[in-house]
Order: sequence, then structure tokens, then C-alpha cells
Amino acid sequence: MSVGTVDKPDVKKAAEPLLSKRRKKLVTDPLNDDNPITVQVLGICSALAVTVQLEPTMVMGVAVTLVVVFSNVIISLLRNLIPNRVRIIVQLAVIATLVTLVSEVLKAYYFNMYKMLSVFVGLIITNCILMGRLEAFAMGNKPYDSMLDGLGSGLGYTWIILSVAFFRELLGSGSLFGYPVFEAMGIQNFPTNGLMVTSVGAFIILGLIVWVQRTLTGYVEH
Amino acid sequence: MRQSNAYIIIFSTITTVLVGGLLATASQVLKPAQERSMELDTKRQILGAVMQLKPGDDVLKIFDDRISSLIVNYKGEEIVRTSNTGDTILAEDLNLGREFKAAPEERAFPVFIFHKEGSDEVEAYIFPVYGRGLWDNIWGYIALETDLKTIKGARFDHAGETPGLGARITEGEIQNRFIGKKMYDNAGQFVSVRMLKGERNPSDKLDEHHVDGLSGATLTTKGVNEMIQNYFGYYDAYIQKLKNQTAS
Repeated sequence: MSVGTVDKPDVKKAAEPLLSKRRKKLVTDPLNDDNPITVQVLGICSALAVTVQLEPTMVMGVAVTLVVVFSNVIISLLRNLIPNRVRIIVQLAVIATLVTLVSEVLKAYYFNMYKMLSVFVGLIITNCILMGRLEAFAMGNKPYDSMLDGLGSGLGYTWIILSVAFFRELLGSGSLFGYPVFEAMGIQNFPTNGLMVTSVGAFIILGLIVWVQRTLTGYVEH
Repeated sequence: MRQSNAYIIIFSTITTVLVGGLLATASQVLKPAQERSMELDTKRQILGAVMQLKPGDDVLKIFDDRISSLIVNYKGEEIVRTSNTGDTILAEDLNLGREFKAAPEERAFPVFIFHKEGSDEVEAYIFPVYGRGLWDNIWGYIALETDLKTIKGARFDHAGETPGLGARITEGEIQNRFIGKKMYDNAGQFVSVRMLKGERNPSDKLDEHHVDGLSGATLTTKGVNEMIQNYFGYYDAYIQKLKNQTAS
């Protein structure tokens, strides 16, 4: 790639191991200490909207992770070619293309999920996590690091929305991935909580997760 | 150089062409699979109005085995539609959205007849309906019992209603509210079935021609009401014909 000119000083140093401490931190940081949802408070809209059940949440998490990883790599590869004045538009074009591809593939092979997630797949485009990572990281770092960074953010997003969906589906519908857990345990007529099916339930669960996590990590808002 | 106007224009042009080409290719490659998915989805909805489908059911086979279809016009006469290439269009392949654009007198209305398993005996009649919601078109399949007045089941779908509000018409809980409601009164007069404004209406308002509405989605429910009223108006002639046939 012809993007090496700016990075020359790095090339002369001994090659960094593929999973050095710094690189591991790129992946692990967003999982907890710098989580996109609970700490940076980005991507809340979709976290509230799609987390009624685990299955669509899983699909959403995979979709966001794929898009953020690939857009990070693409923007990172192009970072020395992109004119500064149109960089936001270029970033958006890359994200929008990837999201449209994901949405078209879902429509072809996973129509049920496509209908269930409806606009929220398209709305990945406006998910601040993506633009945030491109602007803050991929524009200034090499492709491999950007990939790790994207993976970290994607997984950080996914595990939080999966935890929210776990509680919402369990308490709201009495099932997990559509499997009736309480009936299987022999508890008939489990009183499902209607609040959990509405977005209000998501707010409460997410708030509790943020609380627990910040108590554990000692993170304080400045 | 990277900041010059010429560079920006060239860069943007190349990006646009690449992105456009990629998306156009993807759309073409995925089209057959998407059409198959949509056909499956339509048939699943039609069957959904009359029976509980379990995951893993072979929807296409059940549809072939138990559904027969025909196309009628607003006078209740059976008609045949042909495509541009001269092939006969089956009722299930009829594009309801395109028919919706024509005047009611020129529209073709598909009817699906659901048979008892392994026999020719009719179990239900399924009538597709189509109309306008708040943001975009809405449509549905309403099944009547063999008395041709009681609703056996209903399925609704939409192109762009608000998630959590109007889009709730796709939820089973809402659709089940229609079961058992009556399209015709005891004298045989067509009255249709309407959704009320607001939700959790007192039960004395919910007689056999009214169902509970959707809070926050009054305009979508209005669309649903109009759609049912209009389309069952168009199907009325055919339904009267069927009633006379079964009576004689």
C-alpha cells in the first residue's frame, strides 16, 4: 500500500507482536473501562429499541461489529488519500455502503430478522459509535490497529445490548432466544412483566447496568 | 495537493462510482434470493391468517396442498390476469400494490380458499386487503369462516409505519383482537370491523364490529379501518355470490 510514507518511523522499529499489550488493550478497553454504551453513552437509540428479544439483538450486534470493523479498516487504508475537507462525507459513504450491504444480505437470507429489525439496520448509519471510531481512531492509525479497535468497540456494544436483551426477554416474555425457560423449569404461568417489553424497561435495565459497572470500575463523569 | 479542489472532485467521483457499482452489483446478485424470501413471507402471512405455523413447517408445501386461489373483480366475477409476456398470473403472484394504483373498477382482487387437510372441503376464505397507513402503504390478509361473516384470523403488514406505534399492527396480540368479530350484521348487511381510537377501551364499546385501537397510532388505525372497509366493499359482490351458492 502506498500509505506507508507517514508511518515510516514505525517501520524501522522492531515489528510489534501481533497481539502486543497495547493492541490487546485496543480490544479489551471498549469492553469495560471505555465501553461505547455505558461509558461513552453512544448508540443508545438502538440499544433501547432492538433489545426486546435476544435473537434480533444478536443479529444487530453482529451487524454493527461487522460494519465498524470493516469501515475502520477501509478508512484506515484510505486515511492518507482522503481530502480533509470531505472526510466526513467519505466516512459516511463507507458506513452507508456497508450498512446497505448488510441490510440487503439480511433481506435475502434472513427475511424474518430483516422485518423484525426494520429501520434499525438502516439506522446503524447514524450510530455514533461508528463515526466516532472512524474520526477518532481510523483516520490516524494503521489498518490492523484500526481493525482491533473496531472489534473492541463492536464487541463492547454487543455484550451490553445482549445483557439488556437477556433481562428484557427473560422478565418480559419468560423466554431466552424464544425458548420458554420457566415452562421448562416447571413453573407455569410465570407473571411476565409488561414493562420490560416497552422501551421503559430498557432504560431501567441499562441504567442498572451502568450503575453496577461504574461502581465496579470506579469511573466518574468529569 | 491533497487539499486542492481538483483532487477533491476526482476523489469524490471515484468514490461515488466505486460505491455505486458495488451496491448495484450486490443488489443484482441478491435479487433472486430476496424474491424467494418475499414469496415465502407472503405465503407465510396468508397461511398465518388461518393457522398457527410452527417453526420448521414447510410453508410452500402447506400452501400448495391446502390453498387454492382465484382472482375476482369488484362485480364478483372470476377474471384472468396475464403478464406482459402473456402468461397467466397466479393470485399469489399478483402485485397488490400495483393493483391498488388502478381505479377500484379495474382492480383485480385475489381470493385464497383454505381447504381442510386432505380434502376439498372449504375451511376458510382469505381476502387480501391493501391501503394507506400513516407513512406508507399497509396491507393484510383477513380470513373469514365458512359462514362468510365471522373473522377467523387476520395478518397485517406495512412498508414504513413507526416502530413501536403503527408498526404494532404486525404483532400477534393486535391481530388476534380481530378474531371472532363480524363483518356482516345479523340481517346480512355489510358493516365492516373498525379499530377504535385509543387503547384499553371499555369492553362495552368493543362489540362484534369494533376492536381495541392502538394508542399513539390513531392514523395507522384509521388506515386499517379504511382498508378493511374499502376492500370488503369490493369483495362484497363475490361474497354474496358465495353465500347464494352455499345456500342453494
